Amino acid sequence: MDSIVIEALVRALAVGTPLLLACLGAILNERAGVVNLGVEGLMAVGALAAFAVASKSPDANLWAAVGAAMLAGAALSLLHAFATVTLRANQFVSGLALALIGTGAAGLLGKKFEGLPLFNKVPDWTLGSFTISPFTVAALLLAGLLAFWLNATRGGLTLRSVGENPAAADVLGVNVGLTRVLAVLGGGALAGLAGAFLALSYRSSWADNMTNGLGWIAVALVIFVGWRPLRAIAGALFFGFLYYLQFRLQGNSNVPTEVFSAMPFILVLVVLALAGVRGQAGDAPAALGRAYVRGER
Amino acid sequence: MTAPSAARTALVTVASVVAALLICALIFVFAGQSPAAVYGTMLRGTLGDPTGLAEVGRRTIPLLLIGAGLALAFRAQFFNIGAEGQLLLGAVFAAGTALFLPVPGALLIPAVFVAGFVGGGLWALVAAALRRVNVNEILSTLMLNYIAVALVTYLIAGPWKGKDVRGYIYTDNFPQGAWLPTVSGTQVHWPTLLLGVALALGLQWLLTRSTFGYALRVVGENPGAAHYAGLSSARVATLVALLTGGLAGLAGAGEVAGIHHRLLEASQISLGYGFTAVIVAWLARGNPALCLITAPLMGVILAGGDLLKIDLNLPFRVVDIFSGVILLCLIASEVFVRHRVQWGRA
Repeated sequence: MDSIVIEALVRALAVGTPLLLACLGAILNERAGVVNLGVEGLMAVGALAAFAVASKSPDANLWAAVGAAMLAGAALSLLHAFATVTLRANQFVSGLALALIGTGAAGLLGKKFEGLPLFNKVPDWTLGSFTISPFTVAALLLAGLLAFWLNATRGGLTLRSVGENPAAADVLGVNVGLTRVLAVLGGGALAGLAGAFLALSYRSSWADNMTNGLGWIAVALVIFVGWRPLRAIAGALFFGFLYYLQFRLQGNSNVPTEVFSAMPFILVLVVLALAGVRGQAGDAPAALGRAYVRGER
Repeated sequence: MTAPSAARTALVTVASVVAALLICALIFVFAGQSPAAVYGTMLRGTLGDPTGLAEVGRRTIPLLLIGAGLALAFRAQFFNIGAEGQLLLGAVFAAGTALFLPVPGALLIPAVFVAGFVGGGLWALVAAALRRVNVNEILSTLMLNYIAVALVTYLIAGPWKGKDVRGYIYTDNFPQGAWLPTVSGTQVHWPTLLLGVALALGLQWLLTRSTFGYALRVVGENPGAAHYAGLSSARVATLVALLTGGLAGLAGAGEVAGIHHRLLEASQISLGYGFTAVIVAWLARGNPALCLITAPLMGVILAGGDLLKIDLNLPFRVVDIFSGVILLCLIASEVFVRHRVQWGRA
């Protein structure tokens, strides 16, 4: 019985890792007032960049691969920052465009990597009887770090003030535009890191559409966890567990497999509806989704 | 602030599309493809010969139907991104009607269309209902897309699986009475095309000339004022969802009854029409009638994407790049519609 519990936990942690990383990224930019729906595309681009660097040679530097993924995520989200912060374009539609560009570009540029071997995947750590990816440990640490930074440091306060009341922050001398751009870049880098985990550790391969909707679930997860990094750990674990169940019950029950593949998305809807009924949407940063124009209210 | 002139809007729109095509060219260079070869292949194979034109026409049909509906939805600030799923549900309802309902011959095709409308409309209504409890419709309609794909797969692999199926999964063929007539030698199912043209014009009338259209525009442009005027934005959203989803459902019915004659895998029913139609609607700046121009334009890109796959061995996802970059350039250029650029000191 114990081994089943541990197996469930380990698997939930594994699938939960990209969800957590991407969710932390989204929390970072949403706390600054910018919604980025492009996470799915950012993850795809991150995964491709990581795989491209890591598969170059048997002794390719894995740090370089991870760095490339974060850089790719940040670079793509720079488009979003420019469109929404500088040109004040609609954040939701811009994010949607970003998702399309990211998955499209990864599909086009990654075609030559499809089916190639990965020479050196990131080795798992063994702790007693079970293994854990360094990415998972990093994600958990990052959640704690982000929570601390947002709530207990001057930088975090500045970022939150930009998301809650940009006009007041502006009056106090905060550079609202710059803060938002940096937050978007940071969020993009974290989504890229989530992609790197998929390519270097979880799947250790590259295939078109390997993100498979995880990015969208991460976006929804942000609302579910009320924009709080520590709660994101529990949220990611919860959805990771659902994926584990899907894997575990497939073929072992009379329920058709399609029910399982639809399950995470159905659950996201249920969970969002519950969050909505409980009024959790009220936890959103007050200026979320709105471009800041000096002198306008 | 005066309203931007139509000429200025058109100029900025054309300029942003040109900019988008240049950016896409850059991406192709980066991917090791000659942009001249890419664009050459796309244009020659779509507008250059009759077969290509028919292919563009075939793809224009769903884009026109969905785009006209989305144009309306965007005017009401209802960001329906789930037309893909609504199209699939329309296809499911249409297939169920064609395969299993004892409808007398002459009424079968109208029944198939009505079923498609109902299927798509109901799927969108789920999002409208969730919006009442503060669930963002962009997220809910996206999730509903994934659920719709699973539903289609379940039906064609399970209860509706055809008798003579090997390898690919699909249902039995529809009875001949449910096949839409086509322009001879092509896959252009003209009844759906006519429906699309009529509905695009009808929705334009609805939007600009009817009381409901007025309420819709007020709700979209100034929710505060709408509230004080006693206009229920929830009611508007529900009606808009029903209409938009219904039109996407009609598109789905047209695809299965006009081309495939059976229900088959989601990725074969739709080539991402739901997402491409977002751009059709945005290019038309929220005017359903203008989709008569913008739908064929995006039809060229979808048909061209097919050719790139065959002729240059590029993944069909290239179409996503076109869609994404065009969309991004369009919304980023909005600021130039409303404000004049002043060089130098502001």
